[in-house]
Amino acid sequence: MKLIDKTIVAKKMPIRLVRNTILKGLFFLATTFGLLVLGILLYRIFAQGIGYLDWDFFQNFASRRPEEAGIKAALIGSIWLMIVVAPVALLLGLGTAIYLEEYAKKNWFTSFIKLNISNLAGVPSIIFGLLGLTIFVRALALDRSVLAAGLTMSLLVLPVIIVAAQEAIRSVPRELREASYGMGATKWQTIVRVVLPAAIPGILTGSILALSRAVGETAPLVVVGIPMFIAFLPKNVFDTFTVLPMQIYNWTSRPQEEFQSVAAAGILVLLFLLIFMNSIAVFIRNKFQKRY
Amino acid sequence: MKRLKFAAFATIIGGAMAVTAACGSDSAKDSNSSASETDKPLQGEIAIDGSSTVYPIMEAIAEEYMAQQPDVKVSVGFSGTGGGFEKFIAGETDLSNASRPVKDEEKTQLEKNKIDFTELELAYDGLSIVVNKENDFVDYLTVDELKKLWVEDGKVKKWSDIRPEWPKEEIKFYSPGTDSGTYDYFNEVILEEEPLVENATLSEDDNVLVQGLKGDKNAIGFFGYAYYAENQDSLKVVPIDNGNGAVEPTHETIKSGEYAPLSRPLFTYVANKSVADKEQVADFVEFMVENAGELSEEVGYISLDDKEYDKDLEAVTQLKK
Repeated sequence: MKLIDKTIVAKKMPIRLVRNTILKGLFFLATTFGLLVLGILLYRIFAQGIGYLDWDFFQNFASRRPEEAGIKAALIGSIWLMIVVAPVALLLGLGTAIYLEEYAKKNWFTSFIKLNISNLAGVPSIIFGLLGLTIFVRALALDRSVLAAGLTMSLLVLPVIIVAAQEAIRSVPRELREASYGMGATKWQTIVRVVLPAAIPGILTGSILALSRAVGETAPLVVVGIPMFIAFLPKNVFDTFTVLPMQIYNWTSRPQEEFQSVAAAGILVLLFLLIFMNSIAVFIRNKFQKRY
Repeated sequence: MKRLKFAAFATIIGGAMAVTAACGSDSAKDSNSSASETDKPLQGEIAIDGSSTVYPIMEAIAEEYMAQQPDVKVSVGFSGTGGGFEKFIAGETDLSNASRPVKDEEKTQLEKNKIDFTELELAYDGLSIVVNKENDFVDYLTVDELKKLWVEDGKVKKWSDIRPEWPKEEIKFYSPGTDSGTYDYFNEVILEEEPLVENATLSEDDNVLVQGLKGDKNAIGFFGYAYYAENQDSLKVVPIDNGNGAVEPTHETIKSGEYAPLSRPLFTYVANKSVADKEQVADFVEFMVENAGELSEEVGYISLDDKEYDKDLEAVTQLKK
């Protein structure tokens, strides 16, 4: 008895090979599609904006004349925003994640909290803007300051940081913890000396991606009432300020054609800032990743 | 190894701070050098918010003002006429820009919060009705035809519904978003509060409307004169007949008011208390009235008659007492 009917195999082989090639081609197209879109986008922005990207562009404030318009207030404002968002969001996020993963009992209440954090990550950003306006700007009377906007943005990215930190903490192998307990370490010592060092690449990668999101958001800040034109720099967190995406949005909505190019130059600056932050994330992951 | 990680993290944060600090000290130098040029330096903050249509004028004024008074911190927002009034009512802003007069319900709220205000006209804008360049049949529209075009009547609109000799093709509508003062103004003078056609494309960004009109042969839309003026070569403006013959929006017809009813004034509302109590606000408002004409022309709007600015100036002087 023949186990394999060679004639059937011979008949079906070509079509199977063709199908294989077609699918391979399709998947390749799917991969290149994203790259192609990115390429076109980058090309357009570079072609349009590179002419306006000079030292003056970083030195000048916004202006009604496109050739004099600069991004100084917005760039510095974005960095100020990060200085507020980074510690607040990191401390709150990391604290929450450690509590949920290490201390909290596995009961309905904990899973209720976890469910809500995941839900919070899906809330549209403009809702966080309304929350910030009600609580920070009006109730706490922080006005349209760096602090009010920073706290609003911290809330926005908090769920993302919590989830990333939870994942990172959970992926630390059980054996490490048990070994630590076995040596007589307390829970706190185990967390600080064993779990966190092992989880830090994951935590920082997630956090920097979350911060990148905070840098690129516009909607919540518009709702909070962050102004568009500013010709001074904030001296402390209670001063008002403006950020890159808002400045870019304003330039794109101008009637004058030249402002479109200024906007493109602004987008380039924002892109570089984001790429810089993302490469830090990649660097940390590669440099400090330990394998267990 | 652990130390290295914390060192890396500290470097990131520290680096960000260093950049800020470097740029910060830089600006301090700038402002010192220009401060010496002015005779009576003022200080303090001025908060302005409101219409995105008025924004370019206010930005230009703030820019020029801060060249004179570098220690006064002027901030200009962009949240739209309605959004601006909300903050004005809450007492959060000194000036509120508007591309339409204040509404009655906003007035009542202002009275309730005991905020007295003064209305100042800054410039004119002409709402321009625009069609695609290839549209060769629309020679002019009367106000009634305009209303018939834009009001929802439950049917698909074709050009031939307006005038029988026009083609039987479906019209595509492009309108500014319903939050904008531009929409409010159009709603009041043309639609007379009747609903806008449902299939209209709405956008808060007028450049989106411009792109839509450029790419669609059967499109019609409206927006501020500056957006038409910048795209004159690729769009066609429709003259409007208000009973005295068709008038095209131009610098002259908008200024003289001949382009009716779509010439509209742009306003800013000043909180009387701010002018009386804050020296820098009073100074800024005076500067604004004196320079509004020239600067609004520069950013694409049409200046008022000098007499109008004199009237504004008088009102401001009254407030300071």
